[in-house]
Amino acid sequence: MTEPTLGMRVLVVDDDRDVAGYVCKSLAEAGHHCTQAGTGQGALDCAAAAQANGIPFDAIVLDRMLPGGMDGIGVLRTLRDRDDQTPVLILSAMAQVDDRVAGLKAGSDDYLPKPFALPELLARVEALTRRSRTTGPETRLVVGDLEMDLLARTVKRQGTRIELQPREFELLEYLMRHAGSVVTRTMLLEAVWDYHFDPQTNVIDVHVSRLRTKIDKPFATPMLHTVRSAGYMLRAA
Amino acid sequence: MSRAAPPLFRSAGVRLAVAYAAVFGLSALVLVFVLWSATRSLLNGQVDTLIQVDAQALAERWRQAGAPGVIASIDERLVGNVDDDAVYAVIDPYGRIVAGNVRNTDLQPGLPTRGDISELVLPRHGTRSVARLHRVTLPGDYSLVVGRDVDARAALRDLLAHTLAWAMLLVAGLSILGALVVRRLFQRMLHDVSDTAAAVSAGDLSPRVRLSGRGDEMDRLATTINAMLDRITRLMDGVRQVSNVIAHDLRTPITRARARLEHAAASPASDAELRIAIGRAVDDLDGITAVFQALLRISEIEAGARRSAFEPLDCAPMLRDLAELYVAVAEEQGIRLVTVVTSTLPLRGDRTLLQQAVSNLLDNAIKFSPPGGTVRLAGQAAPGNVVRIVVADEGPGLTPEELARATERFYRGEAARHTPGFGLGLTLVRAVAGLHGGSLTLLPHKPNGLHATLALPAARLPHRTADEPPALAPIGQHEHVAIGR
Repeated sequence: MTEPTLGMRVLVVDDDRDVAGYVCKSLAEAGHHCTQAGTGQGALDCAAAAQANGIPFDAIVLDRMLPGGMDGIGVLRTLRDRDDQTPVLILSAMAQVDDRVAGLKAGSDDYLPKPFALPELLARVEALTRRSRTTGPETRLVVGDLEMDLLARTVKRQGTRIELQPREFELLEYLMRHAGSVVTRTMLLEAVWDYHFDPQTNVIDVHVSRLRTKIDKPFATPMLHTVRSAGYMLRAA
Repeated sequence: MSRAAPPLFRSAGVRLAVAYAAVFGLSALVLVFVLWSATRSLLNGQVDTLIQVDAQALAERWRQAGAPGVIASIDERLVGNVDDDAVYAVIDPYGRIVAGNVRNTDLQPGLPTRGDISELVLPRHGTRSVARLHRVTLPGDYSLVVGRDVDARAALRDLLAHTLAWAMLLVAGLSILGALVVRRLFQRMLHDVSDTAAAVSAGDLSPRVRLSGRGDEMDRLATTINAMLDRITRLMDGVRQVSNVIAHDLRTPITRARARLEHAAASPASDAELRIAIGRAVDDLDGITAVFQALLRISEIEAGARRSAFEPLDCAPMLRDLAELYVAVAEEQGIRLVTVVTSTLPLRGDRTLLQQAVSNLLDNAIKFSPPGGTVRLAGQAAPGNVVRIVVADEGPGLTPEELARATERFYRGEAARHTPGFGLGLTLVRAVAGLHGGSLTLLPHKPNGLHATLALPAARLPHRTADEPPALAPIGQHEHVAIGR
């Protein structure tokens, strides 16, 4: 659970070469391999070729609006029709909530409106592959000396029991499931609170700092780190 | 904007009147014809019976008293015939008339065959009149003709024909008058609509169709058109405001970001300074993006395009969750967040938008509350089937002028000048209220602060009838009280 997700193969589909280039650069800097495609058909060909070579993509970043007749939703549908379950994150200039719902309905795993922050995209892509790897119900999460029992709903660090509010428990669970990866405020708001809007004040910071006082303060080494202009990361002390 | 009246036959009013006149004229014609033929056959039947009976009686008389008896009877009858409409003739085997009141020559052209009834034009009293004649055979090859002058019938026919002609004339006259009146009415009714539409097409959105106040079809049409125009005006205003905002309010952050980047690029600075400058420029861009997204969201909501996401939902847990999210923020700033929410508040709506609206109200309340102050969040069912969500703070509040303008796009009160934000929060709350058919009311909170009330139409609970009071359960089960700190 603790090792960072390195060496992912990501297909980036966007007709804007600049955007695709920056996305690929930042994915590469984070240690991933990136392939670019500019059209829907190109994307499908890339995905099929990778599958045929036995090295399928770990994730696909897909722009909704693509030239050449097939848009992002079309690509996504074709992939799912081929029974290709590669996690897909849709990028879209259409930020309306209905568009997000349409994307999720067509089988995407996440949705990010343009303009986006690169750290946000990176964090979400890593979260996607994380999600696809964990299969089957787990009863226990462990990150370093921090343990969480999902059935008894108890948390211990260095064997000391830590009392958490239900929401704090869910927050910590999400952070532990994504340990080693950056988790953004928006991701937390969506996953833990199921809110799909941006509150004006940074409510998430307050909740994270409360959690921090419980799991970090009494101990010598901190686990919950703030990543500047991105979000938070939980990692083994 | 007035327009020349259309040529007569291109007027719908005239066409209507002509069609009406045609239908009316035709029905008058049919009526008169039916009346005429019914009367005619009735009169003929009466005459025929009369002359047949008379002829039978005279034939019988011939058998009893011979020719002299019949002639005497005929004379007797002619004397007693006050109306002077009887026709009699006894014809001998050589075809000569031997008795009666008609001359031989008069009968010659159309003498009825024996046993038949026929009509013949006879010269009588200097005029020619129509008579119905019946001829019976008498012994000795004589024959008897009995008839009645039916000129009265012709008079009736003439009268009816005259009446019909006059009626037609009258119908024609009235229909011309009607055409003019209907055309005038049509023009009066459509004039306003067409003038208004023409003015709107020309770009002036202010005129409205006048209502006659009669509540008729035209009034309903006018109301619909006016409602449509109101809506278009509001949308246009929204677009105009957004354009103004793009022109003015977004220039500031864009100028700032531009200046920052230019300065960083031009002046020799350390890497660290350069990074800070770029980071701030990115923050500026994020701010611009946030404004854009908020504006688009508000426009989308105001256009009413988001009702497709409506679902039945319970406001109560939603409010409690939001309170839980914000209670921590409030505590950080030494503010108490007191929540009083009824156990269940069902309504139909867009969950995300309602969450965002309440979140905006809470954001504001906490932002403007002094340390040690209290923010109250209440969610209750109010009379009139309304869900009332109240957020009250103890901040500086708003002056009456500020209250009136608080929901305008980009309007920021005096107290808000130095706080973060764009002045779109309450605009969005009002738009969300409007989308749900509800309202946002802002009032001063005693002794100071702001009292924001979001009133939304409630959904009826399927298992609770209207007459059953909702407050039967103990308070503890109904009220959820969360007090921070």
